Amino acid sequence: MSRVVVIGGGPAGLAAAIELRRHGAGDVVVLEREAEAGGVPRHCEHPGFGLRDLHRVLGGPAYARRYATLAERAGVEIRTRTAVTDWHCPTTVATTSPRGVETIVADAVLLATGCRERPRGARLVAGSRPAGVFTTGSLQQLVHLRHERVGRRALVVGAEHVSFSAVMTLRESGCEAVAMLTEHPTHQTYAPLAWIAARGVPILASTRITAIHGRERVEAVTLADGRRLACDTVVFTGDWIPDHELARRGALAIDGGTRGPRVDQGGRTSAPGVFAAGNLVHAAEPADVAALGGRATAAAIVAYLATRRWPATVAIECAAPIRWTAPNALAADGPPRDLLYRVDVPSDGTLVVEQAGRVLARVRARGLMPNRSLRVPARCLRPVDGAGGPVRLSIA
Amino acid sequence: VDAGRDVHAVHLVRRGGGAPARLAARSRSDDGPPPLIHDVAIVGAGVVGTAIARELAQYELAVVLVDAADDVGTGTSKANTAILHTGFDATPGTLEARLVRRGHELLRAHGPRLGIPIEETGALLVAWDAEQAAALDAVAAKAAKNGYTTTRRVAADELYRLEPHLGPGAHAALAIPDEHLVCPFTTPLAYATEAVANGVELRLRTCVTGTSRAEGVHVVDTGAGAIRTRWVVNAAGLYADTIDGLFGHARFTVMPRRGELVVFDKLARGLVRHTILPVPTATTKGVLVAPTVFGNVVLGPTAEDVEDRTATETTVAGLASLLEKGRRILPALLDEEVTATYTGLRAATGHADYRIFFHPDERYVCVGGIRSTGLTASMAIAEHVVEGLRDGGLALARRARFVEIRMPNLGEAARRPYADAARIAARPDYGCIVCHCERVTRGEIVDAAHASIPARTLDGLKRRTRAGFGRCQGFYCLAEVASLLASATGQSLATLLRTP
Repeated sequence: MSRVVVIGGGPAGLAAAIELRRHGAGDVVVLEREAEAGGVPRHCEHPGFGLRDLHRVLGGPAYARRYATLAERAGVEIRTRTAVTDWHCPTTVATTSPRGVETIVADAVLLATGCRERPRGARLVAGSRPAGVFTTGSLQQLVHLRHERVGRRALVVGAEHVSFSAVMTLRESGCEAVAMLTEHPTHQTYAPLAWIAARGVPILASTRITAIHGRERVEAVTLADGRRLACDTVVFTGDWIPDHELARRGALAIDGGTRGPRVDQGGRTSAPGVFAAGNLVHAAEPADVAALGGRATAAAIVAYLATRRWPATVAIECAAPIRWTAPNALAADGPPRDLLYRVDVPSDGTLVVEQAGRVLARVRARGLMPNRSLRVPARCLRPVDGAGGPVRLSIA
Repeated sequence: VDAGRDVHAVHLVRRGGGAPARLAARSRSDDGPPPLIHDVAIVGAGVVGTAIARELAQYELAVVLVDAADDVGTGTSKANTAILHTGFDATPGTLEARLVRRGHELLRAHGPRLGIPIEETGALLVAWDAEQAAALDAVAAKAAKNGYTTTRRVAADELYRLEPHLGPGAHAALAIPDEHLVCPFTTPLAYATEAVANGVELRLRTCVTGTSRAEGVHVVDTGAGAIRTRWVVNAAGLYADTIDGLFGHARFTVMPRRGELVVFDKLARGLVRHTILPVPTATTKGVLVAPTVFGNVVLGPTAEDVEDRTATETTVAGLASLLEKGRRILPALLDEEVTATYTGLRAATGHADYRIFFHPDERYVCVGGIRSTGLTASMAIAEHVVEGLRDGGLALARRARFVEIRMPNLGEAARRPYADAARIAARPDYGCIVCHCERVTRGEIVDAAHASIPARTLDGLKRRTRAGFGRCQGFYCLAEVASLLASATGQSLATLLRTP
């Protein structure tokens, strides 16, 4: 019997594992390094989970539990507290858990390791290094899992979807958000969410945080325009980066835009037998998008287990201001899926899909906003010549 | 003791008593109180002060080690480039040159036994133009004057074979095969732990405020009571001149030299095999690229004289200048994520050498001006100071029994608990990874919280275990790591996070 190892028990990994069992993929083992499966939704208290994948509206923790339950019912083996420490690409992984050090050999591996927010250091914010600096991830765990108060006056760096979630978490913990900060001219979430979540929190647009001050605890920050803002807490939100350590260590081809492994519409990476899905390949989308992406890899994994074939792909490239597309390759032997794409700066115009100088499709692309994905409909990719050169996306 | 070999000795020590003060009392006599008069008080628990304490702990002496901070090694010791220097570029004939060379020998010999991670990489001093290439012979000659004769000139083609990711335009290099990496966190902790295990009394959060003499002994006033002692050793680092002033001396001023550094993601480690040094100029040693024992790559330092001894901020300009220099040295480095940035203050004095003075008549020793070479030289400085104390009349009688300790390994060059099947089998907590980026297990965090010099803060825990030190900077693990430390040390999460 074949065995598929899924690395990461968040929405993408669990949804893929459930679908694999439905397709009769044999042993499906999910390796989850935390104490419980479910991924980031475990500590997202706000509602709105499950709409597109489970056709119901759940809070994050309930959504996470629901997926873990569905996976168990489907016969998926979930190994929690099991961290993958080494990977002999393609399909042998080394793990550490309280049970010991183990090596698992699989027929196929699905990477679903998710993404994280860039912390302060990665953003090169200067100044001193006091306590009181968080990411939304650490903030939510402290507030929702540990019921901890984190501070009194917080600056929220970022004004994308997750930033508003951070504002709500702060409010729930009794901490006032003194301002939100974005380098873009406006916030990047939906107007109603901004209105409900921010409720009077000023959004300082077109500026950046350059330094943090305070010895023991944050006392103030300096902005790019020289302004000094008093606060005792700074929350760095968004600015996602895929958790691509395993993908990199396995020498998979990495997409320059997403910084995750290059994948086609079946989640196939550059290494036969290795698949990737979820926010590892599109950091970061809502949980249901990640879950549906995971689910969509199951058919390709099952096909690979049966045939051991690894189809050729054409690359999907993008020109500024498009930052990335996901997937970023297209295999000729199956129907295309919708592509997600993102831009670096607010843009308006027409999205042009070309191959070898031939225009395949034009789609109106109005009100493009950074940190918010749009879709290229699958039909625009149907005319792609699977033996041709790279497909190119641009905004005209 | 089920914790395995690495912490065996530490556990033995803990069985002998609880707090360091009680340990000290026990080792002097079975049930006596702490002495009314200490033999030696060491001011400053950085890498120099702790090394001196450890050296003195071999003798039947009542030694107290005080520091104003809440942990050992929190000043200059924790923020440097973490290089185990050969002393090849020291000024020949200086005390610093001699002690760095001897310190290198001593750390190589004793570091492994103490559990201090040392990784053998060697360094390449890279010449980026013809003028620098011409200067390499002079660097080699200076190294030889310092007794270091194993440098070797490396031509450009070989250099690029050794370091294929080096930026274009390098002319030649000088190989310094013994310039290695050392862990700056474990080193003072190892010294202090072994000192405490052998009776030294460690008093943290104890700031020296004044001194006087009464009945032939020093009375050292601190915010936490007076200490009566026959000898005082001043190893106060950035404040060595202040302490020196309390003893009536005014012979040097510490002028902190700020050095900013950028730590790159472990995924950058494959880009560089050696420490890449610049050719020193008259004004600065320049910016280097070095691997770390933790598997990161560090870029820095800047060199800026500052007045404020607490000015450990990084600056926008400093970080930008480092990235620009890094781009020339190792272009691909700039494509990798930055994990953290930090600033160290070197205790420069304007003098070309260490400021070590013995005053046997006053029973006072000043160990000042120990710059960035102090990590390497620490054991040799300690040896030198203790010889001076002996020559000055301090009676040194060896202890009948010396307790050896071994710190838990933090380095990538040796096996860590998460990869050690036998240790996990003996104690499953070593298989429970809590900090995923750095692969730190629950067992290590609990050990650090219960060590003889315990982790009491998140920063202290980082230096002892690496928890929270990695690329996510707590995105995944802060809540769990902080909760573990809070419950293991009986503090609240709010205290650890300094929540207002």
